Amino acid sequence: MPPTRPEVQPDADAITGRTVLDARDVSRALTRISHEILERNRGAGDLVLLGIPTRGVHLAHRIAAKISEVEGTTVPVGSLDVTMYRDDLRMRPARALLPTEIPPGGIDDKIVVLVDDVLYSGRTIRAALDAMNDIGRPRAVRLAVLVDRGHRDLPIRADFVGKNLPTSHTEKVAVRVAELDGEDSVTLL
Amino acid sequence: MKNRHLLSAGDLTREDAELILSTAAELRSLADRPIKKLPALRGRTIVNLFFEDSTRTRISFEAAAKRLSADVINFSAKGSSLSKGESLKDTALTLEAMGADAVVVRHWASGAPHNLAHAGWSRSSVINAGDGTHEHPTQALLDAFTMTRHLAPEKGQTLDGRRVAIVGDVLHSRVARSNALLLRTLGAEVTLVAPPTLLPYGVDTWGVQTSYDLDAVLPKTDVVMMLRVQRERMNASYFPSVREYSRRYGLDARRMATLQDHAIVMHPGPMIRGMEITADVADSQKSVIVEQVTNGVAVRMAVLYLLLGGAEPAIATGTPDEESEQQ
Repeated sequence: MPPTRPEVQPDADAITGRTVLDARDVSRALTRISHEILERNRGAGDLVLLGIPTRGVHLAHRIAAKISEVEGTTVPVGSLDVTMYRDDLRMRPARALLPTEIPPGGIDDKIVVLVDDVLYSGRTIRAALDAMNDIGRPRAVRLAVLVDRGHRDLPIRADFVGKNLPTSHTEKVAVRVAELDGEDSVTLL
Repeated sequence: MKNRHLLSAGDLTREDAELILSTAAELRSLADRPIKKLPALRGRTIVNLFFEDSTRTRISFEAAAKRLSADVINFSAKGSSLSKGESLKDTALTLEAMGADAVVVRHWASGAPHNLAHAGWSRSSVINAGDGTHEHPTQALLDAFTMTRHLAPEKGQTLDGRRVAIVGDVLHSRVARSNALLLRTLGAEVTLVAPPTLLPYGVDTWGVQTSYDLDAVLPKTDVVMMLRVQRERMNASYFPSVREYSRRYGLDARRMATLQDHAIVMHPGPMIRGMEITADVADSQKSVIVEQVTNGVAVRMAVLYLLLGGAEPAIATGTPDEESEQQ
């Protein structure tokens, strides 16, 4: 079975990998993504950011903070767990659910920006689109990722990319965020 | 290989129980969404096999299975071949032939779900929805879930050291036994309060305290769970009169006033207002009886998802039996 989502837990090995983005690179990438979202959307109107747990949620909050710095308005941020919508649900042991928190205004007629750490096969995003279908009907859905590592299995692409990272299937991409891992970095293992 | 059954609350490890409770917490928010449906059990068939009357539990399991997109077949003893004298074994073989992935069984005989799970008649998962006077594990889980929401709402808080009084007909109560087993696993301190005639033989092995004096227990407890007196299971007199029982072991407004401010009042239902609990207590601010029903659906969804949602169960309940080893 092809790896559907790189479950990379930061551990001692991660230190030995090649650092692709350090904390300042991550910050600059998120700043650029925030500006691109605003430019594309012509402002922060009707925007809702939905992070895909776990690290996508933290990245969504960072982007929202940067947007509110620029625009002076707060953007609703939520999280969207896709566990039950995964196409490999039946192939692995039942997994624990992660939090889904939809902002109070809902997502109907909003511009939803999905935020994830790594875009790989695209299967997580397909699951996210299905999950959103059961929650509401956004006017449009965009995708922002910190790293696009290629190797798509599905016709899915990101609208906002922090870093395009050519990889082989055997490599692993480890994204660390300060809220969970003590530092911001992207490492290739 | 992990077992696919939930037969006893005592089979759950602390990790299993906490996984069920945290999964239920995520699933509870589904009730607030416009589309109350998740795709996790699409194409799975769940049979509700009820040999004993039940409204709450059957409807709760049915709602839980349907919200997870499973196909549900309801089988009740009345109006089926079961009332014509078909044996449990033949019923199980029928369900197996129909391709049931899970059987939710309620039976008047203690141990019937265990038999169904381990006799080798079927490969389905078996979930005990109450067997005789033995166990009712999903009720214990929803009770623990409700307690957690009120007494340990923050992440990382637990029921460790919390005091739970279970009051009334403990002898005939599968709810009391399952709760005692599960709450002990979760670190709570359980006190069973009942007249001596309504405490089961061997209760000293349950790892709980017992008392005959409700008034002495109430001021110290965080949760008071009232049990219905199950007259349909009684073949002798266990107490002189209803009035005397209710005066000594019933929860009324005067007794409720001696509870701590944060304490909650629970009842697994169906309740007999005026016997073990007065109407004003059942409808009071401290009562979480209606919430228990709401939480029941989320907890049963969590159990069904964790047992059936993946390639193998996420919770390891009980000892693996030989039947499941062969598959």
